[in-house]
Amino acid sequence: MNKADAMGFVLAAVARLITGAQGHWKGVPPKAEQRIYFANHQSHLDWVLVWATLPADLRVQTRPIAAADYWTKTPLRHWITREVFRAVYVDRERKEGGPDPLEPLIAALEQGDSLVIFPEGTRSNKGLPQEFKSGIFRLAKQFPHVQLIPCWIDNVQRVMPKGEVVPVPILCTVTFGAPCNLREDEPKAEFLVRAREAVVALKPGGHA
Amino acid sequence: MTYLQSLTATQQVGLLFLILFGGLMLVSAVAVFTAMRDKSEQNDHGLTKFAADLRATWVGALVFWLAWVSGAPGATFLFAVFSFLALREFVTLMQTRRADHRSLMLAFFVVLPVQYILAGSRSFDLFTVFIPVYVFLAIPVLSALGGDPLRFLERNAKIQWGVMVCVFGLSHAPALLLLDFPHVHDRGPFLVFFLVIVTVTAQMLETFISSRLRRRPVARMIDRTFGLRAWALACLGAAFVGGLLFWITPFKLPQAMVMGLIAGAAGTLGEFVMTALKRDAGVNYWGNTGQVTGAVGLLDRVAPLCFAAPVFFHSVRWYFQLRG
Repeated sequence: MNKADAMGFVLAAVARLITGAQGHWKGVPPKAEQRIYFANHQSHLDWVLVWATLPADLRVQTRPIAAADYWTKTPLRHWITREVFRAVYVDRERKEGGPDPLEPLIAALEQGDSLVIFPEGTRSNKGLPQEFKSGIFRLAKQFPHVQLIPCWIDNVQRVMPKGEVVPVPILCTVTFGAPCNLREDEPKAEFLVRAREAVVALKPGGHA
Repeated sequence: MTYLQSLTATQQVGLLFLILFGGLMLVSAVAVFTAMRDKSEQNDHGLTKFAADLRATWVGALVFWLAWVSGAPGATFLFAVFSFLALREFVTLMQTRRADHRSLMLAFFVVLPVQYILAGSRSFDLFTVFIPVYVFLAIPVLSALGGDPLRFLERNAKIQWGVMVCVFGLSHAPALLLLDFPHVHDRGPFLVFFLVIVTVTAQMLETFISSRLRRRPVARMIDRTFGLRAWALACLGAAFVGGLLFWITPFKLPQAMVMGLIAGAAGTLGEFVMTALKRDAGVNYWGNTGQVTGAVGLLDRVAPLCFAAPVFFHSVRWYFQLRG
């Protein structure tokens, strides 16, 4: 076991201790197929939680998206995202005439990796997710054979609200729904609304 | 009985585990046969509940065995872990807000370890007042500093309840382990054993009797099976089992029966209160994973102990005038 594997093991163990990291596979079984998981985004911990919920064989082939400017700034951040999570780096600022910001994602999908994306683009703490950005539509169009799995991450904003650094132990769940792929000739706006509704529909009951 | 009392503590423990695991195996075997034979629909619900209780008893017995094997520090640590898991579940189901973050941090990372260290170091005077006196003030202060007046009382009450039940209550189990009686030594583990057996018996009897005795429930909206007669019979059963176990305790026979009655009554009533609590939180059963985030079912299992342990501990300590 090398250093990165050990670090991954420790991070997953801590995530389990704090959040329970329960995965409910309602729509699909946890199978090692190529998938794009898309989820609501409420906290920095979202990715770690999804990752800790996945079985070990899925973990190695599932990669997060990381903002290049933030996650390569210090050697530690760079090391964790590169070696432990094998993150796909993207530029947040879209430059005029620059390369397509989705280019790294497309490259990763062409390699056969699975991705976890947060189509809202930013964290929201209003409960329900904001409108989805169009990136997911382009990926769905370009890779029709890759399953698009909606996920609802529950409770994680209570573990570490914005501005706090120490997480509080509160149980979280990730609910995985049935694949939500692009239909033939489906317009972009319609698909984005449908994808968002697929995520919201997975929200467990019991509290507001 | 004199023969049983003449055995050394280790021999008695061996005998106890023999009885405990033997009895469990017997009951499990009977349960398996009943399940194979009896396929009728109406019995199904009672049987699944019974099977779940039986499984919990197995887990409890194994945990107790682990606590025994690992000695006092190990047992204290073990119960601290259970406290942590139970409190995590409790807090998940109770609505807290962002301003409560600091008080929750205090509860998990300060109060819980300190309480168990106090138990482990036998500072029972401070142990008894630490949460009801000091933490009682500290939690709302931190919450108020969070600056959110919305539902202030409700939020703080929830956190304090969680700390009282999951930390204060449960920490009395390892404290029992460390309680020193004059003239008899190393009796602590037997007291915990006594407590666990008596509460579990009361709980299972209550479930069993109320499924047989079709009486009008006292509080239909809270628990559709809880009836006063079944409860009273379960408490008597606990007293009887307590009497059977008197030889492992520092008690005399009548004392053991009264202690059994007290612990059994506190445990079953505690479970009843917990049922009301989860109805309030919108959960019908702590273990319904998938419906509500956080209902894992551990709290269901430790709740009777959480309520019975402090009552039992303080009854024993007061009656025997123990200072240690």
